[in-house]
Amino acid sequence: MDKHQDDSKINLEYDIIRNDFKRAGEASSDIKSILKKIGIDSKVVRKVAIVTYEAEMNIVIHSYGGNIKVTIKSNNIIIEAYDRGPGIENIPLAMKEGYSTATNEVRELGFGAGMGLPNINKCADDFKIKSTPEGTRLLITINF
Amino acid sequence: MKLKEIQKLLDAKVVTGEEYLDKEVYSAFGSDLMSDVLAYVDESAVLLTGLNNPQIIRTAEMIDLFAIILVRGKTPGEDLVGLAKDKNITLMTTNHILYTASGLLYGEGLKGVDING
Repeated sequence: MDKHQDDSKINLEYDIIRNDFKRAGEASSDIKSILKKIGIDSKVVRKVAIVTYEAEMNIVIHSYGGNIKVTIKSNNIIIEAYDRGPGIENIPLAMKEGYSTATNEVRELGFGAGMGLPNINKCADDFKIKSTPEGTRLLITINF
Repeated sequence: MKLKEIQKLLDAKVVTGEEYLDKEVYSAFGSDLMSDVLAYVDESAVLLTGLNNPQIIRTAEMIDLFAIILVRGKTPGEDLVGLAKDKNITLMTTNHILYTASGLLYGEGLKGVDING
């Protein structure tokens, strides 16, 4: 993790590794404890925790690996989740509750029920998603 | 309902977090789908689940949930127990199936999480 701080914001960045189910959730756990420590409102912390955890699991489960960046500003928190592919074929379908391309192995972990992106969307004040075979990028804003 | 009452009603074995059995929960949620737990549950509820892997603790951590009951007689692995300990989560196991465990708690007045509210 890299942590930089200037007058106006804090930046956090984490590498997320493909299929690393043992460490899956560690980045989100760290982000959550930092937000709590600096006194962010608990409702906002909950939203950020859900967004980062779903995004982290998505990268672990579906991608070749990627990273998550969190920028804490004075009136909002920006979460960027980026992965190196293979991309989401049909975004409107992936945004639909219950639609999933997950394997049985992933379902056995309690994920892959097609609720990840809808959950992220529910917590976000603004949600942008872009996907090509080279990678998927989520940009989520959560306001204070 | 206090965690120790839940333990008694479900004839549950406390795996870790015995020191928190006086804590109270106000509702319950039964699910093996972690995204649904994230979407609907907060720290006022106990989670009943048949899912036996460390992601249940990660999920609980994200939403400040502090009590988990593993149903159907599952034995949690070392990594799961270690993580629960780290996060101060009370973890219990019961031999009852999810349906029966839920019924026993509901019958004593512990309601389900309201997902429409």
